[in-house]
Amino acid sequence: MDGYFGSYLLVAVLLAIGVGIVAVALLANRMLRPSRPTPDKLLTYECGVDPVGEGWAQSQIRYYVFTYLYVVFAVDAVFLFPWATVFAAPGFGMTTLVEMFVFLGFIALGILYAWRKRVLSWT
Amino acid sequence: MAEFLDILLRFVVILLIFLLLPLIVGQTEHKAMAHMQSRLGPMYAGRFHGWAQLIADGVKFAQKEDVIPAAADRRVFMIAPGVALVPYLLVLIVIPLDRDFVGVDLDLGLFFALAVMGVGVLGAIMAGWASANKFSVLGGMRAAAQLISYELPLVLSASSVAMAAGTLSLPGIVEAWQWWWLPWQAIGAFVFFVAGLAELRRPPFDMPIAESEIIMGPMTEYTGMRFALFMLAEYVGIVVLAFLTTVLFLGGWQGPLLPGWMWTLVKVFALAFVVIWLRVSYPRLREDQLQKLAWAGLVPLALLQLAITGVVKVLV
Repeated sequence: MDGYFGSYLLVAVLLAIGVGIVAVALLANRMLRPSRPTPDKLLTYECGVDPVGEGWAQSQIRYYVFTYLYVVFAVDAVFLFPWATVFAAPGFGMTTLVEMFVFLGFIALGILYAWRKRVLSWT
Repeated sequence: MAEFLDILLRFVVILLIFLLLPLIVGQTEHKAMAHMQSRLGPMYAGRFHGWAQLIADGVKFAQKEDVIPAAADRRVFMIAPGVALVPYLLVLIVIPLDRDFVGVDLDLGLFFALAVMGVGVLGAIMAGWASANKFSVLGGMRAAAQLISYELPLVLSASSVAMAAGTLSLPGIVEAWQWWWLPWQAIGAFVFFVAGLAELRRPPFDMPIAESEIIMGPMTEYTGMRFALFMLAEYVGIVVLAFLTTVLFLGGWQGPLLPGWMWTLVKVFALAFVVIWLRVSYPRLREDQLQKLAWAGLVPLALLQLAITGVVKVLV
């Protein structure tokens, strides 16, 4: 099991085992459980009263701003990983360190902007 | 043949960790939480201090009827528990238990672990949306928002360790670890552990589940085995988070006297106990407090840690 694909083959095998465990658990459940569905039992749960309207109801999703923030920063953060393994390699020294502070400055500025725009607090 | 047996042994150990440690953590939670609240906890099942309580729970779950609401999106509803559980098993393959004892030493092990852990949260979002239940949709949305906000501090603090070690391989990181990394990476360790707790939706970050206001969030409509799989996913999540924190910040198998694998387990159990302790000690955070803690608290702290790591690594 050497080489790049060899190691990922093992990951795939474990994935198959994981799916197998879930399948066996559900199969055991299927063989052991009773099944007597009634219309009332299959009703959506809403604290004991009949459900009002659809389950996929409209609601105000205030979290969408965080999604924007996340997309901006996560794309930056992905670049950190390849950089992190080589930044202290001999010959780079101060160059990469200055680069790092430029990077941190950008992220900090982004958060500061969001803060000033008051998207981080709700009241 | 010897190579095959070697791989087989590693897989058996991974499966033991996956199936056994969550039960031990769960039982510890039952008993530790009970005693912290001046109760006894389970005492009956198995005679001796209720040690078999979780096995009894499992037998009960396996016999319960599987109710899928008529309004639900059936297929997504049915596979959601699997999506929540299996990624945590996959993460275990890159985590070293001892020197030269790891499922696979991937070159980008840390990146793999973070990416796969992110998939696990999709299970909760799928469950929330597919249930077609107002409480579940709210819970699923909260879970999504929480994942998004806490992923960034988690990734930033983890990359600080990668900078310190100069590698993304988890055994490589433990190999490079020295005791003075404890104070050097202390802020990162704190940020990583707190953000990890939030990704697991454990108290005090259990806003998506919040049983006193939205019943059980994404899991409201689940019964029987599928519900049990979600519960198992939560406890495997605790084990995985404790393992990752141990490997990244606490030096994994390194330590005096005891054999390496024992040190790893001691550190993992200590962290798992802290997870339980926090559940008993802190009240639930409100949704906006939760977001504020991530963006105004943990992300700046993680950036500070990156700066400290970079300066120390280049100048010292």
